[in-house]
Amino acid sequence: MAEHVNRERRRQAIYGWLLLSPAAILLSTFAIYPTLATLWSSLFSRHTRRRPSEFVGAENYADLFADPTFWIVVKNNLMYAGVTIPVSIAIALAMALWANSTIPARGFARTAYFTPTVLPMIAAANLWLFFYTPGLGILDKIGSLFGLPSVNWLGQPETALWAIIIVTIWKEAGFFMIFYLAALQTIPEDLKEAADIEGAHRWTYFRRIVFPLLMPTTLFILVNALINSVKLIDHLFILTKGGPNDASKLILYYIWEMAFAFFDAPQAAALTMLVLLVLGVVAALKFTWLDKRTHYQ
Amino acid sequence: MSGGARGQGSRQGSRLARHIEAFAGLLLAFVWITPLLFAFWAAFHSTSDAVNLNIAAPWTLSNFRTAWAGAPWLQYFLNTFVLVTVVLIGQFFVTTLAGFAFARVRFPGKDVVFILVLMQLFILPEVLIVENYAMVSRLGLFDTILGVGMPYMASAFGIFLMRQAFKSIPMELHDAARVEGCGWFGILWRVYVPLARPTYLAYALVSVSTHWNNFLWPLIVTNSPDTRPLTVGLSIFGAPENGVDISVISAATLMSVAPLLIAFLIFQRQFVQAFLRAGIK
Repeated sequence: MAEHVNRERRRQAIYGWLLLSPAAILLSTFAIYPTLATLWSSLFSRHTRRRPSEFVGAENYADLFADPTFWIVVKNNLMYAGVTIPVSIAIALAMALWANSTIPARGFARTAYFTPTVLPMIAAANLWLFFYTPGLGILDKIGSLFGLPSVNWLGQPETALWAIIIVTIWKEAGFFMIFYLAALQTIPEDLKEAADIEGAHRWTYFRRIVFPLLMPTTLFILVNALINSVKLIDHLFILTKGGPNDASKLILYYIWEMAFAFFDAPQAAALTMLVLLVLGVVAALKFTWLDKRTHYQ
Repeated sequence: MSGGARGQGSRQGSRLARHIEAFAGLLLAFVWITPLLFAFWAAFHSTSDAVNLNIAAPWTLSNFRTAWAGAPWLQYFLNTFVLVTVVLIGQFFVTTLAGFAFARVRFPGKDVVFILVLMQLFILPEVLIVENYAMVSRLGLFDTILGVGMPYMASAFGIFLMRQAFKSIPMELHDAARVEGCGWFGILWRVYVPLARPTYLAYALVSVSTHWNNFLWPLIVTNSPDTRPLTVGLSIFGAPENGVDISVISAATLMSVAPLLIAFLIFQRQFVQAFLRAGIK
């Protein structure tokens, strides 16, 4: 009997690993090994014709911290995250409340909000180019109606990052909206009725009842938005290429530039490790703190 | 009495608030759709009419003709189509097997491996571009469509999704199939896969729209018109160095988003459901 159980267990183990092997091989090849290889190569110097690469320890990291562009890029990305995350979450919430209410042409509004989500970032950037181009762009046309001078939105350091931020918000708010919309539809009607009977103001109802009930959704969206603030950089290639003077350069774009334009793989590896570290912290937060806090429903 | 009057007053106030809200909601919708509508309008007008916002200007198809002649779009379309298909088939195969293993097979080390898979949700393929590029080159897959698609096939997200779908299938069906003499693969193929069809559909919509739109990784691993997907082709076509005028860029942009956009407008409900199902579970 025990032998039979053992044999069944062994058979399950073999099946399990067999089923898992394609995923395991691919994940090792394109996630685990590259992560380790990145760590490894961030510890070696750049391979040049004159000098082969050698172990330099933390020198690449030290160089990175001494690189003024690195700090600009980090500051830009913090700004990018700091603005796009709260603003697109707030807009997404407003969109969901409207799309869930009784406003006229609700179907049109829903479609309009969500449509940017299905466009590639590159296409979105092309569409916005029309608004930003100095002299020809729509923003300038509108400005000139009010007698404002022409502004080179993408070409001056003060506005370039903001132009990038606006495109990102436009692209992701509608995506976040659908999660709020789904959550709103699970809130029971009688809560609203009870609030009405109590004479609660609509704002009170929203603040005290709806918003707390949406908290798990907000946290879920927050994690996605955090990841997006690292990932969404495609429009830089069309709109600013990180310029002018690095004013709109973001971390992932800088990694791409270091590796594929400056061919400085060790520096790129060091920066990649720092990004992975940040993502690791986000992951840890998500799996420990957030998952525990959001299970109260 | 006075209480009633006050109630009426606040009701009127809230009606006004409702009107303002409806207006704001529609205004936002209008603002949100404007870039797309404007590109649509510009694509059918000459550049000078478009930039001067000449509403009465005649419509024309010449921008589309110019754009179409300016790049091998047919090849780009085909590349993107092959890419999303290859990725989807690979993902279905890999995530079905792995999802089933995690959902229904007991084996030592399962929990540890599952945590490793979950970690991959945060190790974005986009961040590992440098080493993945080296890996793809080493495998001889540089500038191939398979090379573009392969890093995405073992999607942690897909494995997780399939595991959830398979877990929700009643164990009784599994046992019944076993009594009928089905082996593990028979049970997976005859019971689990058909019952998880809605999840496959949702996953397919999310995967296709993700990879139709993906840019950075294909930019890095493709180097010729024979492999380049639409997004990369579009970025090269519209690069400022090429001096293409803005109406032609609009036409090219519309062309390359048209299939997905039209599919979305027709199957809107399914798309939204798909993104929800994929996101929330």
